Amino acid sequence: MRVKYVLNEVLVGLWRNVTMTVAMIITMSVSLSMLGASVLLYMQVDQMKDYYYGNIQVSIFLTEDITDGQKANIDQAITGSDLVKDKTYETKEDALKRFQQLWADSPDFVNAINADSLPESYRVTLKNPEQYKDFAKVLEGMPGIRQIIDQSDILEEVFDIFNSIQLASLIVAGFMAVAALLLVGNTIQVAAYSKRREVAVMKLVGASNWFIQAPFVLEAVVAGLIGAILGFVALFIAKVVLLDNKLQALTTILTPIPTSNVMLMLPLLAGVGALVSAVTAWVTLRFYLKV
Amino acid sequence: MIQLENVTKTYPKGSRPSLDNVSVGIEKGEFVFFIGPSGSGKSTIIKLLLHEVAPTSGKVMVNQKDVTTLRSWKVPHFRRSIGCVFQDFRLLPNRTAYENVAFALEVIGKTKAVARRVVPEVLELVGLGGKEHRYPHELSGGEQQRVAVARAFVNRPLILLADEPTGNLDPDTSIEIMRLLDRINRTGTTVVMVTHDSNIVNQMRRRVIEIESGRIVRDQARGVYG
Repeated sequence: MRVKYVLNEVLVGLWRNVTMTVAMIITMSVSLSMLGASVLLYMQVDQMKDYYYGNIQVSIFLTEDITDGQKANIDQAITGSDLVKDKTYETKEDALKRFQQLWADSPDFVNAINADSLPESYRVTLKNPEQYKDFAKVLEGMPGIRQIIDQSDILEEVFDIFNSIQLASLIVAGFMAVAALLLVGNTIQVAAYSKRREVAVMKLVGASNWFIQAPFVLEAVVAGLIGAILGFVALFIAKVVLLDNKLQALTTILTPIPTSNVMLMLPLLAGVGALVSAVTAWVTLRFYLKV
Repeated sequence: MIQLENVTKTYPKGSRPSLDNVSVGIEKGEFVFFIGPSGSGKSTIIKLLLHEVAPTSGKVMVNQKDVTTLRSWKVPHFRRSIGCVFQDFRLLPNRTAYENVAFALEVIGKTKAVARRVVPEVLELVGLGGKEHRYPHELSGGEQQRVAVARAFVNRPLILLADEPTGNLDPDTSIEIMRLLDRINRTGTTVVMVTHDSNIVNQMRRRVIEIESGRIVRDQARGVYG
């Protein structure tokens, strides 16, 4: 009976102040979907790092006038370094083939280039891509080297962009969360005010504190959960519509987001939404419902 | 049953104490009037007994328990042994007489079945048989106060506190309410009533404790208003 009473109070409470409830649910869902997007992006960047760093190479471009002796020295320096996992040598012809493949869309451009205008190079895979600087030090200044290019530099820039998008969505989530919390606090205040007579009687006849507070806290929790479910639905729709259809082109850089990761957001958002609402409601009651 | 030992209560903004070194003892089954002018500190006694406020110094014992050191989470359970009625009735306007009394039972965990058994009984006792399903606005002031008394008494508390229960009622109705409180007192319930209704005090001829400026100035076994 007490459970039934509490649940009934929750429903009546949510309905009594329905505009506020809707506002609370909407801000909560926007905040939580931004949080979800941010977490997904974070997981994604992590996964992409693993994926790309595995394939990353340091390219050592050689000068036109390199002598065989210099080439042998460089070769030895690379082979001798214990940072190196794997190395290949790319001739002018190999370079041309790769160039032709890369720019297959623009035949005019490709035709204008011949093998001689492309440099020879070593392609080195490091055991740990982050040790690039140590590796470069070994080779720096050796005659016959025109340029050393580390692909991780380029990747870092890409990851920087992702990281700033992630940060931005986290900040938006934070701002929306503040708005959501204020709305929860306000809703609880209004609810406590509209039930002040009942609360006064309950206190007078000795109803336990949890019994007085539970309907208010649960009211906020239910709204938080509904917000979390809506936020999750928004995320899921965004994944299906945007990444799987409209912006599919992006997925050539972005490794695809697995559905299981998106599914993981449901318990996360529900947990965060419910917990944050409950704590806010409880703290508000401490101030407005002295028991 | 009730012991105040050297109780002083000073409110943060008050210049002089609301109660000043008050000591008084009330036995089980007594009927006691606290009288005195407005602001003399009578109502503070009710608040102390309910643990609504804590004394600045001194000890408040209710039913052999020291209220002053009562943990806040134990207060609700403590209040179940005390019934309380007020000048303004404090009924829930959107509930019938029956529902008002049943609400008090249900929120302390009693089942609907228990309520169905005891609520009609207590409403009959206060003289509201047949009016169970009226809303407060359909009842007279005296009848509303009867509902409030029924709500306070439905748990069979050891103590009934009444804070100017006749303050809003005409003299005839007041006497009816007093008869009701007297009947409840005869069941063994200790009744503590704060009032400045001289008529009633003079008719009842019960123990009278007069308070002035926070001090007890008179404590008389079969007193009058004076």
